[in-house]
Amino acid sequence: MTIAPAPPAFDATKPLAIAVMAMGGQGGGVLVDWIVALCESQNWVAQSTSVPGVAQRTGATVYFIETLPLPPNAPRGLRPVLSLMVVPGEVDLVIGAELMEAGRAIQRGFVTPDRTTLIASAHRHYAVAEKQVPGDGIADAGAVFAAAEAAAKRFIGFDMAVLAEKAGSVVSAVLFGALAASKVLPFPREAFEATITAGGIGVAPSLRAFALGYEHASADLSKDAAAGKSTATPAAEPSESPKSASGKTYPALTPVGHAGYDTLVERAKAAFPAATHDMIGAGLQRVVDYQDVAYGKEYLDLLAGMLALDNAHGGAGKGYQLTSTAAKYIAVAMAYDDVYRVADLKTRGSRFERVRTEVLAAPDQPVYMTEFMHPRMDEVAGSMPAALGRFIESRPRLFKALDRIVNRGRRVQTGTIRWFLPLYVLGGLRRFRRGTLRHSNEVAHRDTWLAAAKAAAPGDYALAVEILAARRLVKGYSDTHARGQSKFDKVMVGIAKVNGRPDAADWARRLREAALKDEDGIALSGALKTIDSFV
Amino acid sequence: MAERSFAKEVRDLELGAGDEFRGEGILAITKALLQSGVGYVGGYQGAPISHLMDVLSDAKETLARLGVQFSASASEAAAAASLAASVMYPIRGAVTFKAPVGINVASDALANLTSGGVTGGALIIIGEDYGEGSSIMQERSHSFAMKSQMWLLDPRPNLESIVRAVEEGFELSEASNTPVMLEVRIRACHVHGSFIAKDNKPPAFTLRQALENPVRDTGRIVLPPASYAHEKHKVEQRWPAAVKFIKERKLNEIFNGDLTDIGVIVQGGMYNGAIRALERLGLADVWGATRVPIYCLNVTYPLVDDEIVDFCVGKKAVLIVEEGQPEHIEQAVNTILRRRDVNTRIHGKGDLPMAGEYTADVMLNGVRSFIAAALPGALADKIRAPNVPSIHDDPRVQALTTTVPPRPPGFCTGCPERPIFAAMKLVEQEMGNHHIAGDIGCHLFACLPPFNIGATTMGYGLGPASNAAFNVKTDKKSIAIMGDGGFWHNGLTSSIGNAVYNQHDGVVIIVDNFYSSATGGQDILSSRADVEDRSTQHPIANAVRGVGATWVRQIDRTYDVAKVRDTLKEALSTNTPGPKVIVASSECMLNKQRREKPIFSQAVKNGERKVRERFGVDEDVCTGDHACIRLSGCPSLSVKRTDDPLKDDPVAAIDNTCVACGNCGEVAEAAILCPSFYRADVILNPTGSDRFMARLRGAVIGFLQRRRARRRIAFA
Repeated sequence: MTIAPAPPAFDATKPLAIAVMAMGGQGGGVLVDWIVALCESQNWVAQSTSVPGVAQRTGATVYFIETLPLPPNAPRGLRPVLSLMVVPGEVDLVIGAELMEAGRAIQRGFVTPDRTTLIASAHRHYAVAEKQVPGDGIADAGAVFAAAEAAAKRFIGFDMAVLAEKAGSVVSAVLFGALAASKVLPFPREAFEATITAGGIGVAPSLRAFALGYEHASADLSKDAAAGKSTATPAAEPSESPKSASGKTYPALTPVGHAGYDTLVERAKAAFPAATHDMIGAGLQRVVDYQDVAYGKEYLDLLAGMLALDNAHGGAGKGYQLTSTAAKYIAVAMAYDDVYRVADLKTRGSRFERVRTEVLAAPDQPVYMTEFMHPRMDEVAGSMPAALGRFIESRPRLFKALDRIVNRGRRVQTGTIRWFLPLYVLGGLRRFRRGTLRHSNEVAHRDTWLAAAKAAAPGDYALAVEILAARRLVKGYSDTHARGQSKFDKVMVGIAKVNGRPDAADWARRLREAALKDEDGIALSGALKTIDSFV
Repeated sequence: MAERSFAKEVRDLELGAGDEFRGEGILAITKALLQSGVGYVGGYQGAPISHLMDVLSDAKETLARLGVQFSASASEAAAAASLAASVMYPIRGAVTFKAPVGINVASDALANLTSGGVTGGALIIIGEDYGEGSSIMQERSHSFAMKSQMWLLDPRPNLESIVRAVEEGFELSEASNTPVMLEVRIRACHVHGSFIAKDNKPPAFTLRQALENPVRDTGRIVLPPASYAHEKHKVEQRWPAAVKFIKERKLNEIFNGDLTDIGVIVQGGMYNGAIRALERLGLADVWGATRVPIYCLNVTYPLVDDEIVDFCVGKKAVLIVEEGQPEHIEQAVNTILRRRDVNTRIHGKGDLPMAGEYTADVMLNGVRSFIAAALPGALADKIRAPNVPSIHDDPRVQALTTTVPPRPPGFCTGCPERPIFAAMKLVEQEMGNHHIAGDIGCHLFACLPPFNIGATTMGYGLGPASNAAFNVKTDKKSIAIMGDGGFWHNGLTSSIGNAVYNQHDGVVIIVDNFYSSATGGQDILSSRADVEDRSTQHPIANAVRGVGATWVRQIDRTYDVAKVRDTLKEALSTNTPGPKVIVASSECMLNKQRREKPIFSQAVKNGERKVRERFGVDEDVCTGDHACIRLSGCPSLSVKRTDDPLKDDPVAAIDNTCVACGNCGEVAEAAILCPSFYRADVILNPTGSDRFMARLRGAVIGFLQRRRARRRIAFA
C-alpha cells in the first residue's frame, strides 16, 4: 500500500467542548446563549446545538457547545468544522443544572478524569419515578457525588437553587457565575457580566445570582486547592435543620415545666434504657400533644410491657430494638389521623405562621387558606360516640342516606371567622375522642398488632421487631388509609405463614418493603406468592 | 401567539449584502428564502422546523414589503398542495414541515406535483426528526425522493452550506422542472453559526401576475395519457437535467487527502461527524484538512454516476457514511460501480450500524474499523487498538445505573391536560380499564407514569380513527384521545366524521388547549385569541356537531376533575348511538403564564390589588403515601424528607413554581385523598377594607389560637 511519507502539517488545536445537561423549561437555553455570546464577544468561534422538540417539556435534555479562538489574522469567514454531538471523553466542561442530570452526564461518559470539569447544582428536582413510590423512592444523591469524585478532573457542586432563589433569579445565572470562577473559559469576570447585561432580560437579579455563584465556587475552589482535591457540598434537603445521622431531629426527653408531663418524663428516664430515650421523647410528645397527659401515661404503660419483654429476651444485647421500635410505632398508632386531629392542626396559630412563610407573604399582605376536605359518612360515624356510630353503621340504608348528605367536597376557608369557629370547636372536641367509634376500632387494631409482636418475641426477637415495624404501612386518610390497612393485613398474614422459620424476620422485612414499592400491591402479592411456594 | 417571540430574529431577516448573520440554522434558511426571491411560503409547525413558521408569522412587514405570501397551512398536505402555484408559473415557492411524518401526510400532493413537474422552483424544507430528541418513528425521507423522483439535498451542517443549498435548490428545481427536498437534521436546524448575508430579493414573477394571466396545460395534469408521459419525462428529461446541473454547479464537494488508496463518501449532513471521527484518529484537523479523501454528497438523490466512479476508481476501498436504513446510497453505489466494472471495495453498513443515530462514538468505531481493514498502516498503534481503561468500568460510575432516574418529557406545571387524565384514572379505578387510543400531541405524555393511559398512537388526528374496528356491542366502550391540533389537522374528517358515519359506539375526548401546544403554541382555528389576519375562535364543538355528532359535551374548565370524571362516566354508560364526544377545554398553561404573568406583575407594580394564589401541603397532616402525586405528576408537586422521627417516608411538598391551577385540590377532593392540601391566597396591595377585615379576623382568630395554645403544653 502507498502511504504518503510526509503527512500534511495538521493544526493540533482542539475546540473547547461544553455539555449542558438540563431539564426542559429550566432555562438551559438561556445559559447556552450566554456562553455562545460570551465566546463570540472574545473573538472565539462558537457553535451550539440542542435537541428540543418534546424534550423541552420537562424532560432531560442536552445542549452542546464547541468553541475555539480564531487564529490571529484569520481570513474573514474562516470557520472550523465542529461536532454537533457530544464527543464522550473529549468534553472539557459539563454543566449539570440538577444533580441527577449531572449523574446522567457521568453515566453517558461525558465526564472523564483527564479533562472534564464538572459544575453541578446539587439541588434535587425529583423525577416522577422517585415521587410516585408509596414509600421512599428518592434516589441516593451520595452515589452521584461519589461518581463525580471518580469521573471528574474537578468537581464544583453546591446547591445553586437556594442561591438562585435568594437572588430572585434562576439556576442558570448561578451556574454561569460558577463557570466564570472555574476559569475553564479564559475570560475575565467582567466579560461574563457584560454578556448578561447585553442579554437585557432580568439583568439585575441575574447579576446578583451570578455573583453568588461566582463567590461560592471561588470559595470552594480555594478550599480544594488547600485540600489538594476537589470537594463538593451535598445539597441540604429543603427544610432540613441540623440532624442526627438518621436525618431526623429528636426532641429531647426533658421537663418542659408542666407538672403532669414532667412526671412522665421522669418516669420514662428512670424506667427506660438510654438507648430508647430519643424515640420515646418523640413519641411521648406526639401522643400528649395529640390528646393529653393521661394519653401519654397510657403510652408509657404500653411501652413498659414491651420493655419487660425486651429485657426478658436479651434486648440489652440488641440495643433494645423491640422497645424503641415499639416507641415509634405505638406513638404513630395512638396518634391516628381523625377529624379532630385535622381540625386541631389546621387551626393552630403556628400553622398560620408556617403557611405565611411558605408562600413568601410580606407582613402587610393578608393570607387566606382554603382547605380541600372531603368527609365521608365513614369518618363522621367514626367521630361519633361508639354506640351511636355502631348503630348507624349497622343500618346500611340509613348510612347511605346520611352519606349522601355528608359525602361531598368542602372548601373550608380557615381564615374566615365563620369557617374557623366550627373547625376550632371540632379541634376542641378531641377531649371526647376516647369515647368515639374510631377510637375503639383503633385500640382493638392496636392490641391485636401488639399481641402478635409479643407472641413472637420469645421465639424470634427479630421477627417481633419486624411485626412492630409493619405498622408503617398504615397511613393516610379514607381510601389511602383503607389501602394501607389492607396491605398491613396481607403482610401480617404472610408473617404468620413464615413464623417459626429461621429467616422469618427477613421475610417480614421483604414483605414490608414490597408493600411500599407500588400502589396496587403488585410487588407485595409477588412476595406473598413466593412465600406460598415454599411454606 | 407562539411560545417564543421572534422580534430580534425578524430584524436579522432584514440584513443586507455583506452583513454577518448569526443565529440558528432554521432561521438562516428563512433568510435564505428571502434572498432567493421566494414568492410564497407555507408549512406546518413541528420540531425541528417550528421556528421557521414562527419567525415568518412574526415577520409580516418584511414579507409584505417583499410581496411574499405566507400561509400557516392546516396540514402538511395543504402545504404541499400549495406548491401547485409553481406548476404553471415561474414563481418560487417553499413549504416546510417535520419529516418523515410530514411527508407521509403530504405525499399525495407531492406525488401529484412531481408527476406533472414544476416551472417555478419548488422547495420542500424538511426537518429530519431522527435520533436523540426525536418524537417520531425512526424512518428516512430518502425513500420518498426515490419513489416520486424528487431531488434530495442534504447539505453540510453549517450555515453557509445550508443557505447555499436553499439558493441552489431553487435553481436545480427550475433546471429540472422537479420539486426539490432540502433535508436538515434536528441538530442542524438548531445549530448556532453564522454566514455572510445577501440582500433580500422580491419575487421576479408575482402571484398577482399569475392570477391576472392564468395559464393551463393539460399535459401537466395527472390524467392518462399525460401521466404516462410524466413518468418517461422524469427519467428521460428531468433526471439527466438534474445530474447535469449538479455536476456543472459542483453541488457535491471533494476534499482531497494524501491517503489516496481509500476514501469516504458521506451524506452532507454527516460530514462534521465524519471529520471529527477522522480527527480523533489523527487523520484530520479542526479546520477540515483531511488525509483521507472525502466525497461529500450535498445532493443525496439523484447520485451522479460519473462523480462516484471518478472518486472510487483506483481506490482499494471506500466507506459510505449513510445514516438510517435501508442503505439506499450504498446499494446504488454498488450498482453504479458494478455497471462500470470498477472493483473498489465498498464498506458501509457493517462497519457502521444499519440502524440508529451515528453518534460521535458510533462514527469513530465505524471509521476506525474501516481504516483498520482497508489501510491499517494509516493508524497509530494505540489508535488501532486502544486499551485505555474506560471510566465506565469504575464501580462508583457503574452504581449510577441503579441511581439516576429516567426523566422523560411530561406535562408542564399547571397543564390543563393533567386533570383530564387524573379524572380518567379515577374512572379506571371505578369502572376498570378500557382500551384507550392515544394521538399525537402533549397529551401523549399520559402514556407515561404516573398516568399510564393510552395503548396506541397511529398518527396526527387519527386517535379516534384507530379505534374504528372496536365498534362492537359491549359494556366496555373504547376511548380515544385527540388534541385540538390533531382535530384540525385531519381529525374532524378522518376521526369524527368517520365515527359518525359508521355509528361508532365509542368515546372521544378532544383535548382543547387553545393552541397547537406541543409544536410551540401556534394558533389554530379554535384558538381563543383574536389574531390579526387569521380567522380564529371557531369552536370545536360546533364543528363536531356540524359533521353530525349528537352526543357532545363541552367542558370549559378541565381542572374540574369531578365534572370531567362524571362526564366520562356518563359517556361510557349512555346508550346513545354514535360517538360520544367530550371537548375538554382550558388554556395551555405555558402560554397562559407567558401572556398573563407580565400583566399581573405590572398591575402589582402599579399598586393595584391582586391576589396571588399558590397551593401548599400541611406537612404534619400529610402521611407520605404520595397518592396525590400518582394522580398528578406535576413538576411543582414534589416530595421532601421530613425531620419528624415518627415519619418514615417523605411527605408531599409544593414549591414556589406552583401556578395554582387547582388540580391538587380538585384531585384530593375528587379522589377523597386527604385534607393536607390547601390553597393560599396572598392579597397584594391590599385595600383599606382588606386590611380592616384582616385585622378583625386576626383579632378573633388570634385570640382563640392563643387561648388554646396557652392550655396546650408548649414543647420547646
